[in-house]
Amino acid sequence: MAAAVATPLKFTFSSSHGSTRRLQWRNNQRSVKRPYRGAITAKIEHKPPPYSLEALEPHMSRETFEYHWGKHHRAYVDNLNKQIVGTELDTMPLEEIILATYNKGDLLPPFNNAAQVWNHEFFWESMKPGGGGQPSQEVLDLIKRDFGSFEAFVTEFKAAAATQFGSGWAWLVYKANKLNVGNAVNPLPSEEDKKLVVVKSPNAINPLPLLTIDVWEHAYYLDFQNRRPDYISTFMEKLVSWDAVSLRLEAAKARAAEREREEERARNEYEGDDSQTDPQPVEMYGTDSDDSEAD
Amino acid sequence: MALRTLIARNPLRAAAPVASRGIQTFSLPDLPYDYGELEPAISAEIMQLHHQKHHQTYITNYNKALEQLDAAAAKGDASTVVKLQSAIKFNGGGHVNHSIFWKNLAPIRAGGGEPPHGSLHKAIDSNFGSFEALIQKMNAEGAAVQGSGWVWLGLDKEFKRLVVETTGNQASVKDPLVTKGASLVPLLGIDVWEHAYYLQYKNVRPDYLKNIWKVINWKYASEVFDKESA
Repeated sequence: MAAAVATPLKFTFSSSHGSTRRLQWRNNQRSVKRPYRGAITAKIEHKPPPYSLEALEPHMSRETFEYHWGKHHRAYVDNLNKQIVGTELDTMPLEEIILATYNKGDLLPPFNNAAQVWNHEFFWESMKPGGGGQPSQEVLDLIKRDFGSFEAFVTEFKAAAATQFGSGWAWLVYKANKLNVGNAVNPLPSEEDKKLVVVKSPNAINPLPLLTIDVWEHAYYLDFQNRRPDYISTFMEKLVSWDAVSLRLEAAKARAAEREREEERARNEYEGDDSQTDPQPVEMYGTDSDDSEAD
Repeated sequence: MALRTLIARNPLRAAAPVASRGIQTFSLPDLPYDYGELEPAISAEIMQLHHQKHHQTYITNYNKALEQLDAAAAKGDASTVVKLQSAIKFNGGGHVNHSIFWKNLAPIRAGGGEPPHGSLHKAIDSNFGSFEALIQKMNAEGAAVQGSGWVWLGLDKEFKRLVVETTGNQASVKDPLVTKGASLVPLLGIDVWEHAYYLQYKNVRPDYLKNIWKVINWKYASEVFDKESA
């Protein structure tokens, strides 16, 4: 969830949470943000990976993509579209749907499918052909600052992925200007999760995700069977896209700075308005933030 | 507690704890059938990986956690004792659940798939309407488990009725046996982790659930039911 709220690459933040503003959004979506080819209502797309299905072979097989992207990811998309059709969600972009269905922690039914769609898109983009290697200098410096060394980070990330009980995801996130590793069951955080749970409430202190690995068994079972540690090592050594991490970091830094400004502004507004007895975090971003971050 | 009793009573060879370095550790129980004998419902490859790799890993990690627990307790290291609980619950739960699961399965030649008779059959009819209705319910609930988990047919001893429950991951050592009432006894558990079916059924979990009934050992479930409801 938080991953979606915070997605650095493509999220255009909106404060529209109230029903009146949602209608405005709907018009906005149709005309500008989601020009869905000829469709009357916007549907969430089954977005392909930014490379061909066999591009990551031999490390991640075409067969795995045919099922993981072609079946699992698609099922989340199809089920989500079924759930939102005819509702006020059906013209929102994915991130907005996640925000709305997170519903301040009281999840609405489409949340799971929406969060899973987002996670899978983010996961595909976390890999590339010829991936692995070392991050950019800036990322590397941050990693050294927050984990001690690149090796220590790799160890921690692998451990988070390996020790996720059952199905879930492990994440590298940018949180309060520090890098950290967290793992999260999907889509709900549990109290047993490591401290940086991506699926968290949509307020300003959410971690901003930089990298994820899917450790549901379907992500690796055809290629690695029970050998999850081998899958994780292969991901880190051969597949991870540090380019994507760098881009996300830039966006996350900008996003974090914007959050700070918005919070500051909201604090000032609330101080000057006693009628706001129940400030809602999502609405704290102000009305003009729609325009402050272009896609 | 009921669960532990069941496991201890079970005659499967090597299921009993073995002494090692002062504490009791666990070892992989043999299957009462060959890996290939549940085909075509469950492939030999799945059975072998599931038993030799997945179940063994739970046992290995369970033993490791128990040894660490022993050492931490001996040192009076309270925070480590607490930290180990999730690994013990997960890995110990995995061991317990799989030990039940193997007994819930049987080759067709050994009566696999043959519906229950007698008191369990009657209880199923009165609790769910019919045997088919129970299967339908377990298939639906098993298919709906998000991520990895189990779907169970349990006996609620307190209210003297059968219940269908689902649990996430390997939580069954606690649920449904403890947190849902200390009196809930598992009669039948179906593993819906992807490792239980993925090589054969891929993303189509409902087909796995449909086919597994052909090799369900209702004799075992009936024995437990009779014992526990006596």
